[in-house]
Amino acid sequence: MERLAIRPWRRLREPGIRGHQAAAGWLFLAPVIIILGLFLVLPILMAAWVSFSDWSGNGSPLGSHAHYVGLDNYRHLLTTPGLDQNNFGTSIRNNLYYVILVVPIQTAVALFLAVLVNRRVKGVGFFRTAFYFPSVTSSVAITILFLFLFSPAGAINKLLSFVGVKGPAWLYDPRGLFHVILGGFGVHQPGSLTGGTFLGVSYWDWVSGPSVAMCVFIIMAVFTTSGTFMLLFLAALQNVDESVNEAAGLDGATEWRKFRYITVPMIRPTIFTVLTLGVIGTWQIFDQIYVGTQGSPLGTTLTPAFLSFNASFNSAEWGVGAAVAFILFAIIVFFTVVTRLATRDSGRLPRRRRFGPLRTGAIR
Amino acid sequence: MSRELRSTKSAVRRQHAGRALTYSFLAAVAIIYLFPFLIAIATSFKTEPNATANPLSLAPSPPTTSAFHQLYKDQDFLLWVKNSLIVTLSVTFLRVFLDSLAGYALARLRFRGRGAAFATIVAVMAVPGVVLLIPKFLMIRQLGIYNTYWGMIIPLLVDAAGVFIMKNFFESIPTSVEESARIDGAGIFRIYWSIVLPMARPALITIFILAFQGSWNELAHFIISAQSTSLNTLTKGVAQLASGQLGVGNRYPLKLAASTLMTIPVAVLFFIFQRRIMNVAAGALKE
Repeated sequence: MERLAIRPWRRLREPGIRGHQAAAGWLFLAPVIIILGLFLVLPILMAAWVSFSDWSGNGSPLGSHAHYVGLDNYRHLLTTPGLDQNNFGTSIRNNLYYVILVVPIQTAVALFLAVLVNRRVKGVGFFRTAFYFPSVTSSVAITILFLFLFSPAGAINKLLSFVGVKGPAWLYDPRGLFHVILGGFGVHQPGSLTGGTFLGVSYWDWVSGPSVAMCVFIIMAVFTTSGTFMLLFLAALQNVDESVNEAAGLDGATEWRKFRYITVPMIRPTIFTVLTLGVIGTWQIFDQIYVGTQGSPLGTTLTPAFLSFNASFNSAEWGVGAAVAFILFAIIVFFTVVTRLATRDSGRLPRRRRFGPLRTGAIR
Repeated sequence: MSRELRSTKSAVRRQHAGRALTYSFLAAVAIIYLFPFLIAIATSFKTEPNATANPLSLAPSPPTTSAFHQLYKDQDFLLWVKNSLIVTLSVTFLRVFLDSLAGYALARLRFRGRGAAFATIVAVMAVPGVVLLIPKFLMIRQLGIYNTYWGMIIPLLVDAAGVFIMKNFFESIPTSVEESARIDGAGIFRIYWSIVLPMARPALITIFILAFQGSWNELAHFIISAQSTSLNTLTKGVAQLASGQLGVGNRYPLKLAASTLMTIPVAVLFFIFQRRIMNVAAGALKE
């Protein structure tokens, strides 16, 4: 027994065990490092080269089939008027409206759902499950379901007809939402906005709002992601100290005021997390577009992610496709940093609480 | 005491009203969230004219299983199922193994470069997946594994988030058991395999759920890693069915039957591990 008790100490001081651990450590890490290097780091470098080349998909981009063209691909997207620039500008506009609408709505809906399922009432587990279920199903299945629900003679338009509304053709309707609203006030393409263009898209088209078709994807995004974010909010709400709320209640604060002035400040870190994750996720919409519309009608559901794929795989413009991917990467980084900066100092809680309350976050 | 005194009849009534309000909100939202899925199931048992004429009805008239027969007969549905199973099961089990291996090394083994390795893995986590589609395709082709199971499986084998979760878990369990095993002369892999892994069951199940759900529902990677229809997974096959590349007409019963069937494995997993999944989702996202 005594021998056993002493050995580990002696062993640990020997260089042998360290060497042993180093070998084992790298061996244990090797698969992860090799795969990440091979399918993440190297590919990014390769794609960076392709974005500066005229490769058209023949042979290897590292061979004689690809030639260096400098910033041409980026110029075609950003400054040279033409189809590439027009497609790119359109995709940015479409995705921008998608982000601006989806992120706040899904955050608000998720918080609302979390407050609802945080009540101590019977059967609340069933409702949590129900609200989260859309989040676990595949984007393909959900998109097909929405194509059916929002078809011109589909379930949604049937429901609308019950209240006397004639629904639009949804996924076939390229009209911008803001254009439709402005049209309702008699505004049609004012001269001041027709002249100039930005990224190949006229100012008037920039203010179009999301197309009616894009609205279907916006509704779908809220439907499928609010459940996930609801769980994040739920974990945060369960860490809110009830005694403060009770004290406020005794002082006569209404439910709304308690929520607005006690709960919201306390879960602010989670709100920031949800906003950040929302921004990162919404800029990456691809599956739904691929399955649903492939960018139609009139390019109003084209997104940078889909454009990047389409330019490469369908138009053989690999340099342009890769360049779109890198610009999209930059956009995501930019928006993430902006979200972080915009929300950094408004939290009144100590920094560590940003992660603190969630770490233990088992949902009761 | 004073609170009990105050709970007069009106307060009780107010509480009842509040509860009724909560339930009516819950029920209304639940209908919005579940009704679409009920429509999907009902429609897959409808005839095409019936589906078009009564898109809202939950009662197929006449009920028919012809959509399912068509899937079996006219489409390669079973092939898609087979491919999805091959890829998902390989990815899930290997990912659980590799993530835990790496997580263990990062949490427990002391060696030079560990910090740098960990920092790299965290940095990698930050790269948005959709940006990597073209890069991954280029590499897969360069390595000559385009249009093979290898190309579909290997790039999905590792996810940095899983390594992160495993590392955190290993750091949270006491080292005493491992130490006494080391005293008994067990090698590092033995300790990991027969002592640490059994203790790590909760975290392993977490990775299992995330990996299964992720690879079963994956679409974009399969689009760029293979072209041959004989390698179509469920997501890709059904997606092509939807975008009309494999047929004409709207054929909603057929598409919704396919969607319903492909949802079943994930739904079953979801109901088995319901509570855990809800905790996992909250946990995985914030890491």
